[in-house]
Amino acid sequence: MEPDPGDRVIAGRVRRLSGPAFGRPTGVRLAGRYLLLLVISFVVLFPVYTTVVAALKPGDRVLQNPLVPDSFTLDILREAWTEGRLGRFILNSLVVAIVVTVCQVATSVMSGYAFAMLDFPGRGVLFVVFLATLLVPLEATLVVNRRTIDTLGWLNSYQGLAAPFLATAFGTFLLRQVFLSFPPDLRDAARIDGAGHVRFLWNVALPVVRPTVGALALFGFLSSWNQYLWPNLITTESDMNTVQSGLRLLRYSTLDKPNLLMAGTVIAAVPIFAALLAFQRQLVRGLTAGAVKG
Amino acid sequence: MVARTRRRQRWRGLPAALALLGPSMVVLATFVLYPLGRAIVLGQQRCNVQGRNCVSNGWDQYVDTFVSSEFQHALWVTVKFALITVPLGLVLGVGLAVLADKYLRGISVFRAIFSSTVATSVAVSSLMWLFLLQPEIGALSNLGWLSDLFPVIKNPGLLRDPGTALTAVALSSVWASLGFTFILVTAGLQGIPDELYEAAAIDGATSSRRFRHVTLPMLGPTLLFVVIVLTTRAFQTYGEIDLLTSGGPKPYDSTTTLTYLTYGQESIIRGNVGLQAATAVLLFVVLLVLSLLQLRGIGKRVHYGT
Repeated sequence: MEPDPGDRVIAGRVRRLSGPAFGRPTGVRLAGRYLLLLVISFVVLFPVYTTVVAALKPGDRVLQNPLVPDSFTLDILREAWTEGRLGRFILNSLVVAIVVTVCQVATSVMSGYAFAMLDFPGRGVLFVVFLATLLVPLEATLVVNRRTIDTLGWLNSYQGLAAPFLATAFGTFLLRQVFLSFPPDLRDAARIDGAGHVRFLWNVALPVVRPTVGALALFGFLSSWNQYLWPNLITTESDMNTVQSGLRLLRYSTLDKPNLLMAGTVIAAVPIFAALLAFQRQLVRGLTAGAVKG
Repeated sequence: MVARTRRRQRWRGLPAALALLGPSMVVLATFVLYPLGRAIVLGQQRCNVQGRNCVSNGWDQYVDTFVSSEFQHALWVTVKFALITVPLGLVLGVGLAVLADKYLRGISVFRAIFSSTVATSVAVSSLMWLFLLQPEIGALSNLGWLSDLFPVIKNPGLLRDPGTALTAVALSSVWASLGFTFILVTAGLQGIPDELYEAAAIDGATSSRRFRHVTLPMLGPTLLFVVIVLTTRAFQTYGEIDLLTSGGPKPYDSTTTLTYLTYGQESIIRGNVGLQAATAVLLFVVLLVLSLLQLRGIGKRVHYGT
């Protein structure tokens, strides 16, 4: 086994190495690593590439050679936009996702605060019940939820699309953890200054928990936007479809026009790609929030 | 005396607590707890085609459903799906994260590429793969050398051959969750202090030994989380199946998973609310058992650092 370059650097005297510079490959091994990274990047991006190429080529050219971008048109994107009614569906998804996100954050902050900062009879039991709902998979509840929404007359409506997701035990738990780490002095000081729960929550607590709220909001928005099964279950007329269930409609209405379907897919993907570029940091926080130890 | 004041204080907190917790309690009770309880009751009823006029059919409907060949088949398909997607997703996620963790010029570009699939919804990623895999128009069948090597790509097509359909769907699923796994493992790697690697290097550990004895144990909690999430996702997979195969190819139902059996348009129990509720409840039980097993089995061997 050949010695790792990192070993030599520290063999003589133990120095604090800055960051992961340690074990850095050089020469041929460096070139090899870049080659490997390039090949893997190519494989990972291949489905995206073929999709974009198909979306930007005139219909007759796609069937001949879908891999080479030898001609270019925006007509297919335009056609997919109107035929797939994607403008309307994106609007629907946006409305539902914003309502869900705002409500999830509000309910999570409120209930997380109550569990962390208030003492009341039955708190322990109630918290266990909240946690227990985390064990129930969405798929186990949707059969009955569809009937509930039907009874309420909310099929094909924003209320129906959003209602089951307005509160989450995950958000409650996340916020409770943050509030628990608050120094008690902070609450005491505010109380002496005459601040009730509402003022304290709004003026002191909320600004401090902003990063967690941001992560939770992004997570809530994404999971609402990405819902697939639920909108399929409760939308029967096409005006109230979301982007995701709308793509399903497009799949079956464009069986002989694959490039139209790919154009629709590109249009549906763009908003989230753009949003994630803008919110990368929060996304990592949101995704790793569940993985923190302790 | 003190105890009584405390108790009185606790009761005084109740109105505020109820006001703050009320909205969450209403939502969770209506859309999580009630539907679960109702589904358990519905699961022993037999309903007409519209899902109305349900009459009790006895609790043994659960047993009948569980041992039915349709359910057993769907359970087996789901397990196979998980056995492909979880190990593959984990290995690829860890491999890519380790590869992209080194200090290299331009590594942030590669990181962005590897995490990019997190931006695709299940519908978007599935349709991309549909275009890739379809035999007539798909991109793969236009790679001449590849379809010469694997004729099944052109005829009947990876999604239409009962032998390859599930693997093909699983691959699209692995691709879709790659970004998520990559981001999580990368975050986990960054949490490992450099001192550990330095100490290991001073003790003469090669890079492969450092990976086995430092990286992997320190990643324990992250990997446990990834395994749990990937397994749960595998057992809840619906969108990929619905868009790529509709549970087919028929008549083998090679890709009818538990969720597709419950909700799918082409499912044999479509419209039968009683049986749908029964399979939904059984899915819940299966997932519950699974997470208990995972927490017990893996949790013991996970090192949580200091």
